Amino acid sequence: MARAIPTRQKIVMSVIAWAIAFLIFFPILWTILTSFKTEAEAVATPPSFLFFDWTLENYVTVQERSNYFRHFMNSVIISLGSTVAGLVIAIPAAWSMAFVPAKRTKDILMWMLSTKMLPAVGVLIPIYLIFRDTGLLDTRLGLVIVLTMINLPIIVWMLFTYFREIPGDILEAARMDGATLRSEILYVLVPMAVPGIASTLLLNIILAWNEAFWTLNLTAARSAPLTAFIASYSSPEGLFYAKLSAASTMAIAPILILGWFSQKQLVRGLTFGAVK
Amino acid sequence: MRLLPTLIGATSAVALCVAAQAETITIATVNNGDMIRMQSLADDFTSKHPDIQIEWVTLEENVLRQRVTTDIATKGGQYDVMTIGTYEVPIWARQGWLVPLDDLGDDYDVDDLLPAIRNGLSVDGKLYAAPFYGESSMVMYRKDLFEKAGLEMPEEPTWEFIGEAARKLTDKSNEIYGICLRGKAGWGENMALLTAMANSFGARWFDMDWNPQFDSQQWKDTLNFYLDLMKDAGPPGASSNGFNENLALFQSGKCGMWIDATVAASFVTNPNDSQVADQVGFALAPDNGLGKRGNWLWAWALGIPAGSEKVDSAKAFIAWATSKDYLQLVADKEGWANVPPGTRTSLYENPDYQKAAPFAAMTLRSIEAADPDNPTVDEVPYTGVQFVAIPEFQGIGTAVGQQFSAALAGTVTADQALATAQQVTSREMRRAGYPK
Repeated sequence: MARAIPTRQKIVMSVIAWAIAFLIFFPILWTILTSFKTEAEAVATPPSFLFFDWTLENYVTVQERSNYFRHFMNSVIISLGSTVAGLVIAIPAAWSMAFVPAKRTKDILMWMLSTKMLPAVGVLIPIYLIFRDTGLLDTRLGLVIVLTMINLPIIVWMLFTYFREIPGDILEAARMDGATLRSEILYVLVPMAVPGIASTLLLNIILAWNEAFWTLNLTAARSAPLTAFIASYSSPEGLFYAKLSAASTMAIAPILILGWFSQKQLVRGLTFGAVK
Repeated sequence: MRLLPTLIGATSAVALCVAAQAETITIATVNNGDMIRMQSLADDFTSKHPDIQIEWVTLEENVLRQRVTTDIATKGGQYDVMTIGTYEVPIWARQGWLVPLDDLGDDYDVDDLLPAIRNGLSVDGKLYAAPFYGESSMVMYRKDLFEKAGLEMPEEPTWEFIGEAARKLTDKSNEIYGICLRGKAGWGENMALLTAMANSFGARWFDMDWNPQFDSQQWKDTLNFYLDLMKDAGPPGASSNGFNENLALFQSGKCGMWIDATVAASFVTNPNDSQVADQVGFALAPDNGLGKRGNWLWAWALGIPAGSEKVDSAKAFIAWATSKDYLQLVADKEGWANVPPGTRTSLYENPDYQKAAPFAAMTLRSIEAADPDNPTVDEVPYTGVQFVAIPEFQGIGTAVGQQFSAALAGTVTADQALATAQQVTSREMRRAGYPK
């Protein structure tokens, strides 16, 4: 039976939780508010929080100057493509590690994670040269490949954690009934791990959507996603904060909405296995 | 039925024809006001050259620099025209990475380019990038505050006068600070100001044998003067202020003086953005009577990477964007005050421009006062006023900038900052094969 928590403590906890949430969300809120200000109001001191002349001028300017839809479609294709490709590789990999572990499985898992410790810029030139020679520079396919590779360790790790929680006996029973390896994974394991796979998928889409090193360095005009769209509004010589905020708001809006609707899945997925 | 294959064939042939006729050039540029205006006026170019189409890649300055450097160094061939500065041009031209621009057409009038800017973009007398806009630095000051304090700004102030005036103008209780200067760390941030300032104090980065000079008395004098001045008369938190932060402070009436890029003049005198638009005066960057003023020289220029396969189209675009006709086009569409400054002598002789831009004369004098070939009082083995035109400078300049920014924030002393700067620079230069 759950332990009863006194009402007063509940209220205090709620207030603290809301305060922390507000603190974390504040920069995003401020960006959204700034996007509705004029450039002069955006840098005014003291800044006005809500009482200013709301304007849509920045959104109009951004729309006129840039092709938002092209950047948006590139972002969608790159993040979805890399996530699906990642899952296709990671599900069998995580299956083998969770259900038929070998002597070195733990070491392999750690080694996979260690690739995340290398600063990306360290391999920029080799990757750039490979992309140049294979004609992958400024292509969506190239970015899908790179982002799949980058996020693969995280996908494998997350799936491995979920799969470990599934009783191996069920898979064994399926095998006894004559299921092939393919049907065992596709029809038995995957349906049981749907919540885990869904949260991995969501998290990976968010990571790929926000990735701003490779997407800026390997693209030019054709395949540039929304990260490049934001970078085109930042300027060290000129106060264009309101326009930059409008561009940022337009870039983060789709992922923010996706995150909002799938927050239950995300939280469940991320805390899965944390409490035993 | 043979209709379908025939149709597909015909469509492909038409598509191929169109593709063969129109050549697309990719232009990488920074997100500064003048460049954005160029994009919006590019229809004029494409209507004159219907066989050329343009794809734009606009990026923030530091991202762009990293991006185009990677591409040109690996011969990636992603761009046909790159926006680069006076720092990159001499280094890249010597590497053979840029196409020389000595044939931009008969009516281009290359001799009309301002000599200081043209020199900064040439190697061995050959132009490697055409200037789109040029800038120096100067003093912008509040005429009303000066009058109130009974001060008069000379056209050619000394650092001593600037120091006295800044302290006199400061009224911290009313959030008025005598002087706003860059403090944010970076080779193009605080080090642009401090290197140019050091030139006027007789300091230099290296002696003729490439030995770093941060242990010299001149550097000590420069840094101490800057730190004392900012402590007495600068705004709080100045160690994180760059161009934009100071622009916001000046526009909202919190700075008595601001020494920064001449391009700021058009912002601070624009009544739509600036609360002090009609109160701004201009003067040359200060000196110490040693023959060098503390002003820098920079130009954003358009160059063609040696890997481009569309050199002729790229040249046609550069000739259009940096021509006299382009200045006229901007003036016709948006007024003379919005014309990209600092590239052509004829612009400064134009009475319409002089009338529309009250800062024009001072901008020209500032640009003319900077000499990238002889930037310092004592002789140096490098070119560049506020930078040293060697590839290692970006790294070293930023490392030294971090020390000076820390000194401004008060986390290290001036002596410690200079000692570390000397140590870091010596180490990096040794690794890079200097002194030669």
